[in-house]
Amino acid sequence: MTATPSRPLLVVGAGIAGITAALEAAEAGREVVLVERDACVGGRVLRNHHYFPKLCPPSCGMEINTRRLERNPRVRVVTGAQVTGCRANAGGYEVTITHAPAYVNDRCTACGACTPVCPARVKDPFNLDMSEVPAVRLPHPNAWPKRFVLDRQACPSGCHACRDACTYDAIDLDAGERTETLQAGAVVLATGWDPYPLERLPEVGGGRSPDVISNVQMERLAAPAGPTGGKIVRPSDQQPPKRVAFVQCAGSRDVNHLPYCSAVCCLASLKQAIYVKEQLPEAEVTIYYIDRRTPGRNEEMLGRVAAMDGVRLVKGKVAKVEPNGPGLALRVEDAQAGRIVHAEADLVVLATGMVPSLGDGARVFGLACDDDGFGVENSGIVVAGVAHRPEDVAASTRDATAAAARACVAAGRSA
Amino acid sequence: MDRLGVFLCTGCGIGEALQVEGLTALADELGAASCRTHPCLCSPEGVADIRAALDGGTIGGALVAACSARAKTEAFAFDTARHAVERVSLREQVVWSHPAGNDDTQLLAEDLLRMGYARLAKTGPAKTLAETIERTVLVVGGGLAGLTAARTAAAMGHPVVVVEKAAALGGSLAALPELVPAEPPYDVLHPNRLPQMISELAAQANVRIFTASTIAAIKGQPGQFQVDLATPDGAVTLAAGAIVQATGSRPYDATRLSRLGYGASPNVITAPELDAMLAAGGLKRPSDGAVPQRVVFIQCAGSRDPEHLPYCSADCCSATLRQVATIHRAHPDVETAVVYRDMRTPGQLERFYLAVQQQPRSLFARGEVVGVSGNGHLEVALRDTLLGEGTVLGADLVVLAVGLVPNAADGEAIRIHRDALKRSQTGESETQREEARKIAAQYAAHEGTEILNLAYRQGPDLPALRYGFPDSHFICFPYETRRTGIYAAGTVHTPMDAAQAAEDGAGAAMKAVQCIEAATRGEAVHPRAGDIAIPDFFLQRCTQCKRCTEECPFGTLNEDEKGTPQLNALRCRRCGICMGACPERIISFPDYSVDAVAGMIKAMSVPDESEEKPRIIALMCENDALPALDVAATLRQGWNPWVRVIPIRCLGSTNIVWIADSLSRGIDGVILIGCKSGDDYQCHYVRGSQLAQTRLGNVQETLQRLALEPERIRVVELAHDEFARVPAILDEFAATIEELGPNPMKGF
Repeated sequence: MTATPSRPLLVVGAGIAGITAALEAAEAGREVVLVERDACVGGRVLRNHHYFPKLCPPSCGMEINTRRLERNPRVRVVTGAQVTGCRANAGGYEVTITHAPAYVNDRCTACGACTPVCPARVKDPFNLDMSEVPAVRLPHPNAWPKRFVLDRQACPSGCHACRDACTYDAIDLDAGERTETLQAGAVVLATGWDPYPLERLPEVGGGRSPDVISNVQMERLAAPAGPTGGKIVRPSDQQPPKRVAFVQCAGSRDVNHLPYCSAVCCLASLKQAIYVKEQLPEAEVTIYYIDRRTPGRNEEMLGRVAAMDGVRLVKGKVAKVEPNGPGLALRVEDAQAGRIVHAEADLVVLATGMVPSLGDGARVFGLACDDDGFGVENSGIVVAGVAHRPEDVAASTRDATAAAARACVAAGRSA
Repeated sequence: MDRLGVFLCTGCGIGEALQVEGLTALADELGAASCRTHPCLCSPEGVADIRAALDGGTIGGALVAACSARAKTEAFAFDTARHAVERVSLREQVVWSHPAGNDDTQLLAEDLLRMGYARLAKTGPAKTLAETIERTVLVVGGGLAGLTAARTAAAMGHPVVVVEKAAALGGSLAALPELVPAEPPYDVLHPNRLPQMISELAAQANVRIFTASTIAAIKGQPGQFQVDLATPDGAVTLAAGAIVQATGSRPYDATRLSRLGYGASPNVITAPELDAMLAAGGLKRPSDGAVPQRVVFIQCAGSRDPEHLPYCSADCCSATLRQVATIHRAHPDVETAVVYRDMRTPGQLERFYLAVQQQPRSLFARGEVVGVSGNGHLEVALRDTLLGEGTVLGADLVVLAVGLVPNAADGEAIRIHRDALKRSQTGESETQREEARKIAAQYAAHEGTEILNLAYRQGPDLPALRYGFPDSHFICFPYETRRTGIYAAGTVHTPMDAAQAAEDGAGAAMKAVQCIEAATRGEAVHPRAGDIAIPDFFLQRCTQCKRCTEECPFGTLNEDEKGTPQLNALRCRRCGICMGACPERIISFPDYSVDAVAGMIKAMSVPDESEEKPRIIALMCENDALPALDVAATLRQGWNPWVRVIPIRCLGSTNIVWIADSLSRGIDGVILIGCKSGDDYQCHYVRGSQLAQTRLGNVQETLQRLALEPERIRVVELAHDEFARVPAILDEFAATIEELGPNPMKGF
């Protein structure tokens, strides 16, 4: 295929991998169009409280990245849109982008006049549905673009309170979907991942008790902008838990669920054990694991947590979690002791794995996937981040930088 | 800059909360060429108004008094090479965070306008850098990571030079017939494509390969490196634009692992020795040449051990699985046992692990090795194992999965050694010379380890971070580097397996190409990518104190013989740390200078003692602290109205004169808010916040001499997500200042 050098790269997904791929290519002189389904960029990482192993907030790196996006004239960021068609042609790909209706347009100043008058409440997707927010709102405090969103489906019939409150003509309740066609030189798919659903893990209490939560929910509980303002509490009674159990490989490394290792859950749980102990020094934390996977210098994190008072790491598979009075009962195959042991906890965190989220992407782009749904790239369609393979943020950004290079090559040599 | 236009937005509640006519009158008073108000300045109409004034030449610069500089950035983006534009945050810093229609709120807004105006007056358009840029990428190290980097850069249209110390390319993986799977199918070994890559590269016209060669010296800067090679054919000098360091790693010295039987028995070998044995034609017991019945692999040989390598080497589990699979295929009767603490096969490697586990005669035993004894037939004693206490595994061959040690030199350590050596000769007193000799002795072992031989004031190689890896330390920016245009890749970068090393090589090549392209455009690279302004050094007033050359985190400045700084603008990352370091205040950016911030301090009004209205300056890092302040404002949290915020690029750019100016003007307190310092620093310029703390420590002594309370100056670390702390930090500081009473310098 002869690619036309002047054609932009199309990057699909503006999580950490997609943003990185877009910026690395654009800073090398490439034109890039970055398409994101959500109203703002940042994806999954912004829903994390802190990164391991430094325990630093993801919004810090995202601040630099959004600054890079703003400053770079070669990147066009398209939020609230999806790629709905892709056809290979002589110069690369002809791509159809479908823009969701812009109920709030770019005249929005984020002044906030609309939110107080909104009568409708919806579950907050930024907080993984763990809290409620008005239907019209800023998606989260660091949202970029800093523009409000309207969940139009939640609007009461005939209501136009937000439009009336808006001084800037930024709300268009009758906005419609629109499509555009783009000629791209190459495509980077960085559509990320979804957490393995709790409901698929009923044997370890998933979906059966409000106090059995996933690791991604734990991140929101610990985050200052989360549903509890950063307080770690049991969802059932909003009380701080005294005993917290982490169940590793919840779904992962299990041929009945996800045969692969999700690569981040060990470190995520160690990090979350630190969240718990920093907030609730008296709490007892137990981490049940098959292997403690803390590669490279992340080993430090294992040493740090293992040395903490009131933290135990137990090699064993949690076979069952069920409600037991106000608490939860765990049945554990303790591999070290070679027997079944019973334990109790107030809060159980399932270290659920990552499922690649190519969505319709595989079909739209004609992309092959492996048995687990991770994308297997071909010459012009490059895959980056967790859509490519299970990996942590540092590996994902390396992966995305390499993907940017491959995409530049695929789209023709000169930048 | 003169003929300044003030553009005042009255939207987002600004017009209701403030007396706009007071602000327009102030603009007149300040001497603005024009002052226009707009109900929504960020609208296309408002922006067009500003653009028309700038383009039409009626004004020389624009002061946009509206929302935070972090909001509506794209709307208010003007060409900084042509126009000076400053923002004043009336929305976030005034009306969203302070009560409407209040005197203090109005005074705050007026002060911010004065300060922004003063800053704009000292801001000029950036001069652009236009240099001749070399497009060649130099790759140091011809293993998998380096060759992948070379192939990637060449495919992106750049000439490539590969320098390899050994006689042949390929590094540690060259002789392996197969590698662990990096793509489907994941349950079998895949052919090693490295030999093919080597022949393809050798045939490429734009790739030059130097084997058995080392680097004698690298001078210059990104886009203009001059590289001197020592090759078997003599010295070669060539030009390069950017560098990928992919010098790999070496196996941990197994002679230090005598507990595991290495050295005591010939039948205890390392994993690389097993690879060599298999490549040489077969599995043999070294003592008698017989095929072993049972091979025991000991994982973490050296790794995850504070006495040896504290880190996990990340490659050994997958390398062992590769060896086990290779042995089983060639010798189906041989038993293998892998003794491990944790098997680490992240991602799809798990499927390969499962496949190897399911082979017959393949045992995996979790446990700690107590010791290896015997000579011909060996016994491996285990504890903490699932097989029961006191388990002993018999073995004919024991393979130690030794960890990886980066082939890196610590540039900073070498510099410390060289500086100390010099001082041990030139020191003023014997005590100083003796002290220098001690330091030199401590760092002497680093001398002779040089790889890149950079002619840099700050040392000949990349600075090492934890465990000797020149890793970036940033999770979000793994190619962040402290030597602009030089990127580490592969196992020298951070522990990783082969598949990751290949990818890391491609990523580093991307960064190298990007650095060359940015240099061609005259732009900075990460984190201020695209910044075209370069610092100006007014060297006539330089006193050769060398603070700037020592403190720059990126090794930008060299020194001439007298110690005068020599700017290498293409290395510069625009943090302003040199500007903060300079006691003579001779370093300035066109859009950021000591003078501009001093002008802001001078511009604000300071009520006299009788008014009982203290004034506080908050110097806030624009990367983390200022965003946290903006979020606090977005959530309509308020803070003390005596505080005047001055955004700065990095706490490290704080010049002590700002503190002195503030106090001598009668300002009652100065608070500096920046990123976390220390081992887990969050400063995007690595050392900025730490340097600021050191400088401020020195100020405290001066304060005491002037009989001023040290509590008037405070340094606080604030992370990007700690917006909830912002009001408390500012309010509490204000309370401290109120308690201290007015600055006694007021009115002088």
